[in-house]
Amino acid sequence: MYSPTGTRGEKLPTLKLTVVQYGILLMMLALAAGLWRLQVLRVDDFRMQAEQNRIRKVPVLAARGKLFDRENRLIVDNYPSVSCFLLREQVKNLDADLPIIARGLDIDLEQLRSTLRRYRAAPGYQPIPIKQDITADEQAFIEAHRNELPELETIGEERRLYPRDGFAAHLIGYVGEVSEEMLNDTRYAAYEPGDVVGKAGVEETYDQLLRGQDGSRDVIVDSHGREVGYLRTQHATPGQDLKLTIDIDLQRTAELALGDANGAVIAMDPRNGEILAMVSHPSYDPNAFAVRINRVDWNQLITNPNHPLMNKAIQDQLAPGSTFKIIMSAAGLQEGVAQNMRVNCAGGGNFYGRFFHCDHHHGLLTIHEAIPMSCDTFFYTLAQRLGIDTIARYATSFGLASKTGIDLPNEMAGIMPSTQWEMKNYHQKYYAGNTISVGIGQGETQVTPLQLARALGGIASNGHMVRPHVVAYDQIPAEFRQAVQDSFPGSGEKTVPLDPETWTTITDGMAAATTPGLYHTAEAAHMDGIDFAGKTGTAQVVGTGDTHTKGGAKTPNSWFVGMVPRRNPEIVIAVLQEHGDWGSLSAKAAVQIITTYVNKKRMQDKNVLDQASTPKPVEVGAVWSDPPSSGLARAARPDTAIHAGHFFLDPAALPSPTAMASGLSLPAWVFNTPLRFKEDQP
Amino acid sequence: MRRILTFRDFDWPLLGVVLILCTVSVLEIYSATLHTKYSGFHTKQLAWIIGGLVAMFLFSKIDYHKLIDFIPWAYGVSLVSLVAVKLVGSKVLGARRWIKIGPMHFQPSEWVKLILILAVARYFANLGGRRLTWVDIAKAFGLVGIPMLLVLIQPDMGTALTYTPILVAGLFLGGINIRQSVILITAGTVLVAGAWSSGKVLKPYQKARLTSFINPGDDPKGSGYQIRQSLIAVGSGGIWGKGAAKGTQTQGDFLPIPHADFIFAAFGEEHGFVGAVFVLLLYFFILMRLIQNAQTAADLSGSLIIMGVVAVLTFQIAVNVGMVIGFMPVTGIPLPLMSYGGSSVLFTFLALGAAMNVRMRRFVN
Repeated sequence: MYSPTGTRGEKLPTLKLTVVQYGILLMMLALAAGLWRLQVLRVDDFRMQAEQNRIRKVPVLAARGKLFDRENRLIVDNYPSVSCFLLREQVKNLDADLPIIARGLDIDLEQLRSTLRRYRAAPGYQPIPIKQDITADEQAFIEAHRNELPELETIGEERRLYPRDGFAAHLIGYVGEVSEEMLNDTRYAAYEPGDVVGKAGVEETYDQLLRGQDGSRDVIVDSHGREVGYLRTQHATPGQDLKLTIDIDLQRTAELALGDANGAVIAMDPRNGEILAMVSHPSYDPNAFAVRINRVDWNQLITNPNHPLMNKAIQDQLAPGSTFKIIMSAAGLQEGVAQNMRVNCAGGGNFYGRFFHCDHHHGLLTIHEAIPMSCDTFFYTLAQRLGIDTIARYATSFGLASKTGIDLPNEMAGIMPSTQWEMKNYHQKYYAGNTISVGIGQGETQVTPLQLARALGGIASNGHMVRPHVVAYDQIPAEFRQAVQDSFPGSGEKTVPLDPETWTTITDGMAAATTPGLYHTAEAAHMDGIDFAGKTGTAQVVGTGDTHTKGGAKTPNSWFVGMVPRRNPEIVIAVLQEHGDWGSLSAKAAVQIITTYVNKKRMQDKNVLDQASTPKPVEVGAVWSDPPSSGLARAARPDTAIHAGHFFLDPAALPSPTAMASGLSLPAWVFNTPLRFKEDQP
Repeated sequence: MRRILTFRDFDWPLLGVVLILCTVSVLEIYSATLHTKYSGFHTKQLAWIIGGLVAMFLFSKIDYHKLIDFIPWAYGVSLVSLVAVKLVGSKVLGARRWIKIGPMHFQPSEWVKLILILAVARYFANLGGRRLTWVDIAKAFGLVGIPMLLVLIQPDMGTALTYTPILVAGLFLGGINIRQSVILITAGTVLVAGAWSSGKVLKPYQKARLTSFINPGDDPKGSGYQIRQSLIAVGSGGIWGKGAAKGTQTQGDFLPIPHADFIFAAFGEEHGFVGAVFVLLLYFFILMRLIQNAQTAADLSGSLIIMGVVAVLTFQIAVNVGMVIGFMPVTGIPLPLMSYGGSSVLFTFLALGAAMNVRMRRFVN
């Protein structure tokens, strides 16, 4: 039973209870205010966060555009591959999982950590690419650990597949993950970390066309990263395929012709600037860059003294040697100096108190002999007569010392000395004696193979210079083409007016160089029945004292620039072999390319179907004829017949060169005269 | 003088509101666990509620004066059980809080709360509302402090904290004067600050939990994760909420334990500001109704029992809802009548039963 404990009658003071009541009211109001703050004032903020929580953006990667050669043969393809991504929001203690991930996916733990660090600033829902092109085993690892490692996600994507042997590697370039420095560049404002970007060659220049537009898919996930559903998918737009101007056949021949020599080959159509082949040796395997290149390989590439990553065709700046004599000849003839010069070569000559050597005792000669014989003494004299600034004026008008404007990154400009250049760079007066060396392409003059091909091809085309390019113009939107040209300013399209005499003298001189004759420098490069012209260059390196052993440090650089046909050529080839000894050796490489080119043309000429579809026009001023009307094959019999056709000609029957000059100043009858070579009828 | 007790004197409006809250709780547990491994817990909760109701009716039948007489024994038993749980209890998540009896797990610290409410009421009622001496205060501290320490070393900081409002309410209503309370508050502040900086009383994870609510962004993956997800859940609910079973935070399993400690966040996400304030109003009604019952109680001990219940409930509501909306640290204190959990439901109904008990005997004198 209840027993009183002395508490009866006592009551709680009402005041205190009221205080408690107000206290509770206050608390409730505070809680309601807190709810108001979250649910009414900051609702948008939290709604967004809730969305980010549950929606995971999964990228749908665009396939990169493929690259084809000028005849639509595939050069660079894509192959399906699987990449592994990491989703940070799916895990609470990511750090604990990292060693497991690193082991399972065979990644260096430190490298994985540094990858994550790089993405620290990126929004949490953005997936981080941690390993590309994973193997089937690694894919199985991810599948097997879906529950323990929900943060791992795989995405299929298309990867680049380049020719394995480094074929045209410098021209094509390579792709890689966009670097942090690039992201800071305004040019790459539209790129995000993890994007694949072209880092050299065509891949870099045309990246915007090639890369396409990545899509994305919004996936609804729960807090464990399990996919619950899809919201929407934005499809990827694949990149545009590009047709390159190169011809696989020529490119292959050029690669083989250069062999393991350290150097470059350029083959260009001087009528429109299309690059038909571009080789730089040694080459590298661009596939190594398609996934992240490993450190050892990279170090090997950048420390190799032969600079495999350098595109020597557009970046190697060397003294042009005797190939410069063509420019000298053009300057001398245009200035009216060279025509009347008669120089007696006695194995050299005295200029400015010093004896300058020549290779042979050429005896008395004019420019007609001096070009094929490549007589130094003649050009020493010419250089002395012209003076450095006249030479420089002509050289720069032919595009030396400035970039050609080719649509490839990192082209070099070269150097053309002049009094102004000397003053600007060395703050001193030009020493006139140096002009003598410049006259034979030595001294401070530096050119790239591409510049030389453009300049000599341009002179042979009656002064019409072109802008070299490697992607067919009809493949790219006009505004993009303009943008490329704006970002690669250079000499571009340009015509240097030449006198007809200048033109014929030089082209005939170059043609003579490749025909047998006393002292003719490239007589070994003679091809019967083919109108082949060219100029060798044997450019000394580091002072004198040549050691004529191929590849030696003091062995001269070997140059050759050749073209077919001699006037208005269809193809001009520049070959450079560093320390390759005599220029005539490079001429042999050019011959191989020309042979391929000619054989190919011959086969095309015989192709009945081809002719039926595209009747070829007779081109005014060219040294070729219209195709044979019968379409029947005619064997080349150089001993008995000089055939009509693109490359077959009878030098004696050469029409007047004036007829080939630009039509502007020519009377109308020129155009009415059939300008083809008559076939010798048996 | 004595009347026959009938359930007509039961506080039916109070029970009605309590049952509304229970309905809300069961529905929200159903919604929050729909796609999780806890699915089906709403039926368990329903069973606990029914059990709680039965316990409440039974408990209200026993005269609270008898209960108070019995308290010294119960108090002794509860101390023993707290020691026992430390020695033989089963360890869950690093803390020994549970005693296993047959298939059931009991958390002694939960019902010690009820014993303490009655013990404190008895203690202050015996003092008869007279002015408190320092010795009286010290005894009160000992009365609550000993079980509190035993719970704290389990360790179960959350439940230990719920014991403090019982003491505070007892002191406040039992006759402490202003001077004494100022001295106590100052001493308490100094003690807490000292304990915090000494680093021996609280484990680092407890400290982290206590501070991360201020800046959950500091460590979104660690101790701040729960708070951040809770804020997102509540905030994204907006005024009207996303609708039952449509809360992305709740259904996507982003919100931690959405059926227990964070049920208010789940409810706030799915039913918005309107729903959340509605629930707060229900709580407000319950508390006001209880205080009214305390006023009409037959004697001081009855009033003190009800006010002890009010203190515990108010504290739990404030701390739990405060935690959900980022005002308070994560302490693992459940929301009475809403959160899933048998011990919590049973305690709440027994506590309400004690209040009913007092109300039913308000005309005894």
